Amino acid sequence: MDANLIVFFVLGAVAVLTALGMLLNKNAVYSALFLIMNFATVAVFYLVLGAPFIAMTQITVYAGAIMVLFLFVIMLLGAEELKKTKRLSWQAPSAIILALVLAGEAFFVIFAGDLGLTEIATQIESGFASPSAIGSELFRNYFLPFQITAVLLLAAMVGAIVIARRNKRTRGGDLK
Amino acid sequence: MIPIAYYIALSAILFTIGTLGVLIRRNAIVVFMSIELMLNAANLLFVAFSRMFEVLDGQIFVFFVMAVAAAEVAVGLALIVAVFRSKKSIDIDDVSSMKG
Repeated sequence: MDANLIVFFVLGAVAVLTALGMLLNKNAVYSALFLIMNFATVAVFYLVLGAPFIAMTQITVYAGAIMVLFLFVIMLLGAEELKKTKRLSWQAPSAIILALVLAGEAFFVIFAGDLGLTEIATQIESGFASPSAIGSELFRNYFLPFQITAVLLLAAMVGAIVIARRNKRTRGGDLK
Repeated sequence: MIPIAYYIALSAILFTIGTLGVLIRRNAIVVFMSIELMLNAANLLFVAFSRMFEVLDGQIFVFFVMAVAAAEVAVGLALIVAVFRSKKSIDIDDVSSMKG
């Protein structure tokens, strides 16, 4: 068996198992930790696919910034586990059936249909997707979207502060 | 040599798990994490196709998706904190009282 295939299947198994761990764990903190592991595995996939810059961005932005924000909010609210309720008992079985149908459809289209897809070449020209290549592509062809991203992040920052700010008139709704 | 179909299949599995998480979990924060998982499945496919066609645009798109995801998480978690202040709960079933 090809070494690339072995790497793919081991990493894929880790990615799927950590995603399932995120889904099935009752405690939100453990779910977040499983998701960090999943993001790290996907970052290794990016490295295998020859995208080192994206892999590092994945680690710093997703596993670093976003998941720390998640863990911070989980612990701030003290809402690791919810009380059990009986509402909508039919929801989980029907959701599982629909998700299986979705996965089945996707697999049918991928493997039964003819998408005209090829294999990924093992060799690739050196310098492809190096940080400097990404930078020149980003600032030459995608400069306006890049600037809009800056405005979007500013708007999100202001919005988050405004939404989460304590309202002076409803001071009673304090965190405990 | 890895067929690109394997990457599409892996991405489909991860996306389905994310969808399932949105549908069956009631903890609003875990629902948000499932959305992140779905975004990641799409990102993985972007990078795989970028490698297959040897063009960089896919990786640039991943960069923008990450920026949008960061903005979305900041606003979404602020919303969850605001809901928790008024409801004392982040169970999404409890937010159903918002409907008119």
